[in-house]
Formats: sequence, structure tokens, C-alpha cells
Amino acid sequence: MQRFAALLDALVLTPSRNAKLALLASYLRETPDPDRGWALAALTDGLDFPAVKAGTIRALMAERVDPVLWTLSREYVGDTAETASLLWPEPLGEQLPPTSVAEVVATLIATNRATAPATVAELMDRLDVNGRYAFLKLATGAMRIGISARLAKVAFAQAFDVRVEDVEEYWHGQAPPYLPLFDWAANGAAPPRTDLLPLFRPFMLAHPLEAESIDLADYAAEWKWDGIRVQIVHVAGETRVYSRGGDDISATFPEVSAALTTPCVLDGELLVRGAHQGGEAGGAASFNALQQRLGRKTVSKAMLRDSPAFVRLYDLLIEGADDLREQAWEYRRTRLEALVPRLDPERFDISQVIAAKSFDDLAEIRARARDEAIEGVMLKRRDSPYVAGRRTGLWYKWKRDPLLIDCVLMYAQRGSGKRSSFYSDFTFGCWNGDPDQGAELLPVGKAYFGFTDAELKELDRHVRQNTVAKFGPVRETDKSLVFEVAFDSVHTSKRHKSGVAMRFPRISRIRNDKPAHEADRLETLKALIAD
Amino acid sequence: MAPPFSWLRPEPQGLYVTPANAWIDPSRAVDLALVTHGHADHARGGHGTTVATPETLAIMALRYGVIEAGSRAVAYGETVALRGDVRATYVPAGHVLGSAQILLEHGGERVVITGDYKRRADPTCTPFAVTPCDVFVTEATFGLPVFKHPSIADEMAKLLAARENDAGRCVLVGAYALGKAQRVIAELRAAGYHETIWLHGAMEKMCRLYEDHGIDLGDLKPVAGVPKAALENAIIVCPPSALNDRWSRRLPDPVTAMASGWMRVRQRARQRGVELPLIISDHADWDELTTTIAQVNPTETWITHGREEALLRWCELTQRKARALALVGYEDEDD
Repeated sequence: MQRFAALLDALVLTPSRNAKLALLASYLRETPDPDRGWALAALTDGLDFPAVKAGTIRALMAERVDPVLWTLSREYVGDTAETASLLWPEPLGEQLPPTSVAEVVATLIATNRATAPATVAELMDRLDVNGRYAFLKLATGAMRIGISARLAKVAFAQAFDVRVEDVEEYWHGQAPPYLPLFDWAANGAAPPRTDLLPLFRPFMLAHPLEAESIDLADYAAEWKWDGIRVQIVHVAGETRVYSRGGDDISATFPEVSAALTTPCVLDGELLVRGAHQGGEAGGAASFNALQQRLGRKTVSKAMLRDSPAFVRLYDLLIEGADDLREQAWEYRRTRLEALVPRLDPERFDISQVIAAKSFDDLAEIRARARDEAIEGVMLKRRDSPYVAGRRTGLWYKWKRDPLLIDCVLMYAQRGSGKRSSFYSDFTFGCWNGDPDQGAELLPVGKAYFGFTDAELKELDRHVRQNTVAKFGPVRETDKSLVFEVAFDSVHTSKRHKSGVAMRFPRISRIRNDKPAHEADRLETLKALIAD
Repeated sequence: MAPPFSWLRPEPQGLYVTPANAWIDPSRAVDLALVTHGHADHARGGHGTTVATPETLAIMALRYGVIEAGSRAVAYGETVALRGDVRATYVPAGHVLGSAQILLEHGGERVVITGDYKRRADPTCTPFAVTPCDVFVTEATFGLPVFKHPSIADEMAKLLAARENDAGRCVLVGAYALGKAQRVIAELRAAGYHETIWLHGAMEKMCRLYEDHGIDLGDLKPVAGVPKAALENAIIVCPPSALNDRWSRRLPDPVTAMASGWMRVRQRARQRGVELPLIISDHADWDELTTTIAQVNPTETWITHGREEALLRWCELTQRKARALALVGYEDEDD
């Protein structure tokens, strides 16, 4: 348990992703079963002890600490588990700490609502301050220490030198402490079976197209729709909808999960019905419309009626017992085309292959993509298998050119990790009228990438030399620097004072040549709105 | 007859001793200032007369570049007679070199003003002395029960282990230039570390001053101009403000450490980008604050700069008469 506590502490305080991976990987390699599996579950929200809740902890503290002192402390520390770990009275006499995470987990599993307070108190008495923090985090399931499931999987792959795609695939459907998973990765045992459960399969991804041209005899072109990439799995009467990161979002889109009854695994773009992308024929609303439906645990009837979701299908990974992933794209496409007519047409359609005679022809079609409000085109090698992740030469995304606007740097904030000594998060603005007639700058967006290392140094120097005010970690600049911001699209937004929100803004170049009053106006940006 | 202790008045800029026309640690220039210790928020320059320990006066002279005109040195245990029949005695506070509590006596009433203090052993200053009094004016920087500073030996072990574990990197310790830095260095020496300790430019003079006062800090060298490779596996001490500053880019992949009582709380460490929090403070923690009040056992406790509410509540729970003073200008974000 002390090792787990030390790991947790180190993870909380390590800003860099690589250092976090290294810490986790060495823990997974060096810790025996089943502790490493329980720890992994705790870190990725895979544990739940219904008898132990934050309220249990608060009640225990109320018996031990004056309520006023508790409230003052809790307000200052900002975290119930940490406050409790610090305020817990040290027990008299030497106590033997629990030897393993497994022992703690077994104890917690065995408790019920009636016995939980005594059980938790007994364990708290046996731990030191860091141990108590780790224990409370594990017991209440509220880790929130910045470890995503993805990061944990990458660390797992690193620890045992296995492919992260395999980890992704075998992980799903495994329950803590994941013994078959460790047995496979660490000891070379056969991988866990995955064909009987509605599991997530890692997505195949694309590289940006950098070549000047590409032979359409080898590559097929499809539209790149602006929704969210999803995988829909139906097996043994169960359906799941998974997001890009492998999160189960079935409950957010119940109309989609209910519509699939054919055993298969599909890859597609989740969209909301509308006439925005590709016009009436395109049948999809803007990303902005879809955004209203994201992140909800329950969906109202009104939402289902006003913004119905559907999936535009790209690929077929598995049909029945037939795993098609090793097959060529062309073959999978034939199978997909044959399958689609048997699916609910209200919820599923197929992403059309673009009929282009030549690459130049395609370039022309792509140039019109903005009018159609489509993100760009995809190029898929006709003989490509469906492989997890990005593999060179198979799939390319050829996004339409970004929109550009000249903005004025207004505020800058320090980055984190390697960038912690640099001002690297920039808030920029446009004029709300004619700057020579007293117009003001309104913030329109924030960007923290797009620049080179040399440009970052230049920006950092500019911020330090031209600061007019400081607000905690934020510096306000004299608003003299113009940079060109590239972005994919811009939408109306009620949350921002400027009334607009940009998608994927990045700094494309510094315009030292341009005086601030010549930067673009808000009306220019608003004219580009595509809602 | 005047009500008890009415000769001592909390004002926004400090405690005012009416009959003597004197101020304790005033935040702006006054005719007569009684200064507890050399930290900038307590010891401002430009007073007509500054009464402080010789060490504090030396620190002020170093900081402000001039010896204050009309400064008056008072040794620990020494009493000075002020106007209006007020007597002031300087008593060790254990905070930093030269830090003092001030015992004021007037009309048969005794008031102790602690300034900043701690109760832990510190090789760089004289330990706190419990002084009986009627009114005890205590600081409350760490006046929340979550603040319990661990033993400094544990924190030194953490620091030395980080240096061992991260070969090729250096450990950069952010520490207050006055007091904390010298204490960390002295404790490293006590823990058996005798390599060169490297200093940020802002640290050098204060370390020399400590050495001039007989505190051995071992081999210290300025970091300026030293090539990166020579600093691998080194321990470097800098002011907290330099931790994430451009200055630190010259160092070999530093493990960012900070020596501060605030490091007890993870989010505080995280917000500052600290990888290695060292919970070391020159202020009393919660247990020291409450134990000290109990030992001094005054008729009244006045609580100032810090988290007054919690200590006030503790006094209420233990049936002690207490009040919070609203003095401004004391900040200790980095200690």
C-alpha cells in the first residue's frame, strides 16, 4: 500500500506526460499481482465500493474534528480526501500498515453501509498521512489526478513492451485485477478472448497528406465529415457506442445504440440531422449542433426530437463471426455496402466514395468543401487492412485549407511541464470596430500551439518585455503584436463576449510587419461563421 | 483608569504603542520602529529610529544597502526604556537569524509580540523562549490544523534521495533568501552532505552574512557562469521566484523542489510546478501554535497575519479569550 501511495504522490506532482508514463510503467513491472491490477483499476476509475462514499468520510471526520475547523481546512485544501488525510488524528501506539492494495480492496469489498465507518477508520489508523490520502482516493473512487485511461494503457504497453493497440483491445471486457491481461503481457500467455463481448477495437487513424499528388488508382477518396468518430458494436444482443478514446457513450446516444441489431462492428461519423454539411443531400447539421448533445448522461425527449443523431458509416471491421480487419479496404467496402441496406436507414447511412477522375479533379472538389461545410477529404489505400493507430502510407486526411485571420496578442499565460518557464498560452483579439475611431479589442480565442520553438522564444520575450499588468499567472501585454491565427471554422457562441468561438485555433505565423491597428476586425471573423 | 491594554492599538500599518509613540514592524516609515526580524514585510527601511537585534540591523543594512540612521541595537534579553514609561525586551523567536519577540511592559501589564516564530530546532538561530505575559500577540501563518510540519530530517532524506535517483539532473531548491536557504544548507550539512552547494546570485550575500555570524554553511559557490555539465547531480538553492523563471533554463533538467510549509498541500505544490515538495517552514505549525499558547497561558491571545479564524476557534474551544487583529501588509506566500 505504501508503494501505491508513493506512486500516487509522484503522479500528482509530475507534470510531464513521459515522466508519468515512466513512473506508471515501472510500477506495473515491479509490483506483483494482484496489487498492480487493483492499482491500475483505481487509477482508471475501474473500482467502485458502493458502501464507501465521500459522505462516509465526512461523517467520520465529524466525530473527530470540530466542524468549524473542518470547514476552514476543507475550504483551504480544496479536496475532501486530502483534508481528511491531514486532519486524521494519529493513533496512539504502533500500528501495522496494510501490506497490500489487495488487502485494502478485499476489506472494502467485504464491507456494507453499516460496517463501512468502522472499517474505514481502522484502515485510516494503520496508515501514515500519504497512505491515508491514497487509501481515501482509492476507496471513494474520486481519483482526479490527471491519469486518463489512455495514458494508463500506453504505460502498460511500455511496461511490458507490447503493442498499445493490443492492450486497448484486450483490456476491454476484463475486470480488475486484470490477471489474464498481465499474464498475457508479462508472461507471454495467450491473450484473453474478446469475441463474445461488445468490446471496443482501436480505431484506424490517418496521417495528414503531405505529398503533392497521389494516384487515385491506388487510393479511394471519401468526405471527411465534421462530427465525432464512433465505433458501434453489437454482439450477443448488446450494443455499445464508443468514442475515439474508447469511452462508452451509448447512453448519450440511445437512439443509435437501440437501432443496431445485427452482430457487427462498425466505424463511422456520428452526426446530427440537418442541412448544414453538404446541403440537404448531406443531411447533417454542424458540429456546433452535435456539441449540444455531447457529454450528457441522460438525454431529454426534446433533444431526441430536435437533434436526432445518426451514423455515417466508413468501415466494417467485423460482421458476425467474420473478422474483416485483415482484409483489403475494397473488400470491406463491398461488405459494408451490402450490409447497409439491412440497417435502420434513419440511423445509419454510408459515407459516399467521391467520384473523381484524377487527383486534380479531386483537388477541385475538395476546394468546394468549405461551401459544403465539410472538413475535407480522406484518402484510403484500396488494399489497406484495418490496423490500429496511424500507419504510414495507408490512410491520409486531406483537410481543406485552414481559415486565417490576423489577431492581436492580448494576454499570455505560462505553460506547464517543459514549457513552465515560457509564456506559451496566448489569448488574442480582434477589433470591435475601427481602431482609429476608438474601437476596442475583444478576445476571440486562445492558442497554445502552431509555433516553432524559435517562435515560442520570440513570443515569450515579447510578453516579458511588453507586460502592462499581471493577474496571478496571466500577463496582459501592451497589445502591440499581431499574429496570424489559423483555424478550422468559427461558430456563434453565447459563452464568449465576442459572440464567436473558433475551432482548433493555432498560431500560424508572427506578423512583426503588421501594426496592431491593421489587425482584423470582429466583423471579418463573424462573416466566416458557418453555423 | 484606562481599560486594560488600551495603550497598545492595532492599526492597519502595524501595532502602535501609544505612550512611546512607537510602532511594531510598521509597513511604512515612522519615527520609532521596533522591528522583530529582517524579512522585508516586517523590516521596512526609512524609519527615524529602528530598534532591533544587531543581526536584524545587519540584515537590514545588507538589504537596503545603507545602515539605517538612528538604529539602536538590542541584544537578546536586553531591555530598552522608551518614552511614556514603556519598557521593551527582545526575546529569541527562533524564526531566522536575529529574530525576536518583543516583550512590552507598561503600567504593570505585560504584552508579548511574537513576530514570526517557530519551535523546531534550527542550527541557524537562537531557539524561541517562552515568556509569561498578559497579552500574547501571536502570528498565525500556518493557523489551520492541516498544517503539521514533518521532521526536517525526513525532508532532508527526501531531498538527498531525489539527487541520488535522478542521475544527470540537478535538484533546484526554491527557498527564501533570508533564513530558509541557510537553514536548508545547514541541515544538509548536518545530514552529512558535504559537496559544493550552488547558489543563485540573490543568495550569496545573505549566506556570507550568516557565515560572518558564526554559522558554518560549508562549501558554497555561485552558479553563474558554470557550464551545465558541471551541475549534474548538484544541489542548487535559489529564491522561489526563480524556480520557473528563465534563469533556470541554464540548469541540467532540474528537479524542481521547494522548501515551504505550504508544500503540505498537494495542490499548492502542483500550482507552482513543484515536483519535490519539501515541507520545511520557519513558522510555527498548528501544533506549535496551540502548544505555545497553552504554555504561555496568557489572559488574552491576539492573533495576527495568517489564518486567524481557525486559531480563534481553537481558543474558543479551549475557553481562552482571544481576538483577531486586522493588520495588513504581512504576506508569506513563499515560506
